[in-house]
Amino acid sequence: MSKDVIILGETKGEKIHPVTYELLAWGKGLSEKLNSNLSVVILGKNLEGVEEIIYYGADKVYYFEHSALDIFNVEIYSEVLVPFIKKMQPEIVLAGATTTGRTIMPYLAGKLKTGLTADCTSLDIEEKTGLLLQTRPAIGGNVLATIKTPLHKPQMATVRPKGKRPLERDPNRKGDIEIIRPEININSRIERLDFKTREEEVSLVDAEIVVSGGKGLKDPQNFSMLFEISRILGAAVGASRSVVDMGWVEYPHQVGLSGKTVNPRVYIAIGISGAVQHLAGMMNSESIIAINKDPEAPIFQVADLGIVGDALEILPVLKKRLEERKRNV
Amino acid sequence: MNIYVLVKQVPATDKVKIDETTGTMKREEVEAVINPLDLYAIEGALRIREIYNDSHITAVSMGPSKAEEVLKEAISMGCDHGILLSDRAFAGADTWATSYTIASLIKKMGDFSLIITGEKATDGETGQVGPSLAGQLNLPIVTYVGSIVEVRDDYIVVEREIEYGTEVVRVKLPAVISVVKAIGEPRLPTLRGKIRARETRIDVYNLESLGLNREEVGLSGSPTRVVKVFYPRISREGKKVKTSTPDEAVNSIIQFLEIRGIL
Repeated sequence: MSKDVIILGETKGEKIHPVTYELLAWGKGLSEKLNSNLSVVILGKNLEGVEEIIYYGADKVYYFEHSALDIFNVEIYSEVLVPFIKKMQPEIVLAGATTTGRTIMPYLAGKLKTGLTADCTSLDIEEKTGLLLQTRPAIGGNVLATIKTPLHKPQMATVRPKGKRPLERDPNRKGDIEIIRPEININSRIERLDFKTREEEVSLVDAEIVVSGGKGLKDPQNFSMLFEISRILGAAVGASRSVVDMGWVEYPHQVGLSGKTVNPRVYIAIGISGAVQHLAGMMNSESIIAINKDPEAPIFQVADLGIVGDALEILPVLKKRLEERKRNV
Repeated sequence: MNIYVLVKQVPATDKVKIDETTGTMKREEVEAVINPLDLYAIEGALRIREIYNDSHITAVSMGPSKAEEVLKEAISMGCDHGILLSDRAFAGADTWATSYTIASLIKKMGDFSLIITGEKATDGETGQVGPSLAGQLNLPIVTYVGSIVEVRDDYIVVEREIEYGTEVVRVKLPAVISVVKAIGEPRLPTLRGKIRARETRIDVYNLESLGLNREEVGLSGSPTRVVKVFYPRISREGKKVKTSTPDEAVNSIIQFLEIRGIL
């Protein structure tokens, strides 16, 4: 049996952050191929529902509990995690590409002198070598690159939140939870003075339906039609990178590698050609509708329903029909 | 206080051409520009200098000699000085090896207060160099900084823009920070700045002057290896409808939504 696949769990206050369960879905296939344990390390204070991590697929949970671990602090987390990783010598360490993951993972990799691949869209084990194959969009998101860390351990990678659904919860699953109360001897040079909560501007990431627009809509006025249609459908509005760059809509709406990853029940891509970097953010949607004038647009390769046509003609009709239906209900 | 700003030269457009046989980018065919997100790092440094007058800002880049252009641009915006890390041996560096090379410069240079980076580069899109550098130099790092609240001799107070809100953080100096767009619109180069940029000599450091070994830098010093570059083949059982009228198109959309219980 080889060494563990370790997932760096995440917390939100005293709760387990759902990205932890998604990471278990990413790690499961890897630990099975390696015939190793799938473990989660989680840092916090008074955490609720730690056993849920077992129900969602972990073989073992290492829960570091300390009052200094209640909120993310890169220095204190690293003080706990560096010795833990050195002791465990895992094959692989995975984390979510959240602001926390994107901060702690390169910080740890810098200290541990090992490789880290950000924002992977697929992970696999190479049969011959047992090495982690990390695939991500590269070169401005135009192509995919597969990356290996051949000689250094652990092999580290982050994956985008919402990139995969959690495995089915099984409350009968058995696993081991080890609670560790570490001594923390450092005075961090970083100190939180205040936290002001903000409502997410767009609940894009959690939306059931996303209506997303791109350059094919020609101008910001046409784009604003998406907001009206979304209101009728109870959908969130997404956008391609180019229209965000042009200032038609704010950055929080951006879907893709450089924006948000979504997996709604229906993703409607309107006037979006489908650059790899955009596909990376919406490919895992349950179903996809694409409307584009260009029959060769790559977006059609991922669409369940592809409509070759002019969005500017189709949208007003769609809006009218949806309004009529709403009135008749 | 001494401030370093890290800047990178990147391809100007996202329509980069790929050499399909080697899987590498045809760099020579694309115009190169300063990474747009690094302009915010420069802006952040300039704002800190406005608060803390006695500051000296050095822009640092790693790349081929052509990357001198982005340092000149940084100076034309108001940075005082530019350093280019350039050597054939640095080529092919991943984020770890890049951070290691920059760390070796920082260690050589003596006292400083801040290293400022952008959120990420628009070509690699990893955002790893800032935190990796902090890890290697054992410095505190504050990422996703959207505003500078207070600057003192030995600490700064900044606001971090993260998932559920804004975190106000005090960090002791020296430190690394990475800034996001909320820091404020980057100023344009001034005419006086452009003249100064033309007259300012960029200091160049290579493998030897940094005192590094060939095995520690570039591709040979990189823990990661790109083993394959490919255009994605996406297999999803799609159904392409070529519709003649908008009405037909809308019919098929509504039917699709009905089947899935959305309508």
